[in-house]
Amino acid sequence: MVKYIVRRLIGAIPVLFGLSIVLFAFVHLLPGDPSRSILGQHATPESIARIRENLGLDKPLYEQYVRYLGQLLHGDLGASIITGAPVANDFAARFPGTIELTVAALVFAAGVGFPLGRLSARHNQTAIDGGVTVISLLGISIPIFVLGLTLQYIFGAQLHWLPTSGRIDPRIGFTAPSNFYLVDSLVARRFDVFADAVRHLILPAIALGSIPLAIITRITRAAVLDVANEDYVRTARAKGLSERRVDDRHIMRNAWLPVTTVVGLQVGGLLAGAVITETVFAWSGVGKWVVDAIGDRDYFIIQSSILIFALIFLVVNLLVDIGYAYLNPRIRYS
Amino acid sequence: MAATTITARVVAAPRASRGLWRDALGRLRRNRPAMFGLLLIALFVTTAILAPVIAPYGPTEGKLLPHPLPPGGAHLFGTDKLGRDEFSRVLYGAQISLYVGVVSVILGLIMGGVVGAVAGAVGGKVDAVLMRVVDVLLAIPGILLAIGIVAWLDRGLIQIMLAVAVTNAPIFARLLRGSLLALREADFVTAARSIGATGPRILLRHMLPNALTPLIVAATLALATAIIDVAGLGFLGLGPPDPRTAEWGTMLTDARSFLQAAPWLLLFPGAAISISAIGFNLLGDGLRESLDPRLKR
Repeated sequence: MVKYIVRRLIGAIPVLFGLSIVLFAFVHLLPGDPSRSILGQHATPESIARIRENLGLDKPLYEQYVRYLGQLLHGDLGASIITGAPVANDFAARFPGTIELTVAALVFAAGVGFPLGRLSARHNQTAIDGGVTVISLLGISIPIFVLGLTLQYIFGAQLHWLPTSGRIDPRIGFTAPSNFYLVDSLVARRFDVFADAVRHLILPAIALGSIPLAIITRITRAAVLDVANEDYVRTARAKGLSERRVDDRHIMRNAWLPVTTVVGLQVGGLLAGAVITETVFAWSGVGKWVVDAIGDRDYFIIQSSILIFALIFLVVNLLVDIGYAYLNPRIRYS
Repeated sequence: MAATTITARVVAAPRASRGLWRDALGRLRRNRPAMFGLLLIALFVTTAILAPVIAPYGPTEGKLLPHPLPPGGAHLFGTDKLGRDEFSRVLYGAQISLYVGVVSVILGLIMGGVVGAVAGAVGGKVDAVLMRVVDVLLAIPGILLAIGIVAWLDRGLIQIMLAVAVTNAPIFARLLRGSLLALREADFVTAARSIGATGPRILLRHMLPNALTPLIVAATLALATAIIDVAGLGFLGLGPPDPRTAEWGTMLTDARSFLQAAPWLLLFPGAAISISAIGFNLLGDGLRESLDPRLKR
């Protein structure tokens, strides 16, 4: 097992290295000059030269890359070209918003998708199965921004049941020390704040969770049907076990293995979806920040945030694979 | 003895004449969801082609109104704030989605196909290097990669196609490589090699045709994602450079500011995107089932 983990960790290094080169090249091939973004239209050539020198942009590209890599290894992600604030700080301030959103979306997707898939498999080829299939088809086909706007219209503009933008009501006057509103409010015993944060979270989480919901439903259905045809399930029934016991002990125990893998694999898609969801719901997280940065040509934010997103994606995939190898020893040795 | 030979012929003849593709087509025809998907796609394609004929107004034709007009009367889907006919704009929007979606998927197939074919056929170090590149691209969340590319290359239809193609290409590459690797050990490939077929000939004539099925399914499903991604870029303000262009995602951005007052601006473009995506998803699933009958239960 340890050998497997070490092997996988070593395998991730060239990917990260390649990624840093791609991002570095990408950012430095962007048309436009960052010193111009800082100084605006009416900059004098001297001031541009000074800024370029400060940012190290006058050095050869390979030297800039080595410097960038050195900074990265020291945990220095550079500073925003526009505001001068360190990227790492801004990222840390916004990342909790994205984590709360993606975790809520994943909880929604798994919490609804798993029972739905099970229900659909148990009533295979019936109207219930058909209904669930339609739900998952809609989940995959309706884009996040269409679903998000529709939810805003129905539950916000029409019914006034739920807030449609932001992470919290600004009038509530609560400062969250760690920016995890759900955690901070509980720690401070401000249950009114907690309830408000949850209310803000519901619609974005549903919009973001719709695609993983559909995928998890499908996989669960397929996995349950797959296992239900196994000989040992027939044996269990034949020896007179109750249907409930067959379901819990013989079918579900074997069916949830592929399902957990798929749940883990949703994280990459969720991070991508968060970019759009955060834009729709004016949610202060990393996704919206990156979109804004691209508009402003704020190079270091783009570079670093994509790198961190990819790093998270790789780590999560690694954890999923390790978890899978732990649960299913056959994988480890291949 | 004679009787056995006759029976064998009777059984063998119809099987030999049908072939894999005809067989799959027959299964696809009997797959009702897939046929419904095909119907939706036909609707989408017809709309795109006949937009100039059906549309009662031009896509950018209109005059400034105090507020968007609701559906009804001269405007079936209502109008936007600039008095442009929403029905006509949705019709013309199909042109861009179809054009950009199809071209970007084909472009992605070419890019991913070449990389996957080289990796799967050559193997060894070339395969290892190419697959690391694919890993790098797969590690970046799709839409973020597309946003980055459009931001990098500046806005424009070709840039959008390229961006969507690049996000799809690594998936195609990995899929094709996987099928090719599995085929390298197949008996018919060994047979072709033993009668002296050259490397390229084995790859093009014997391996590729047998590796195509998963790629066809993936490409059909990718069309659904491509349409959604193109609209997503438009929604984020990275659509066609001319803001007047009738593009479904860009139209939704305009709908945001009128969500309460003019919900039809959300309904019609939103439904158009979703229905097209449903069509390709249904057809893709149907193709998967009919091309690989083992999946069907």
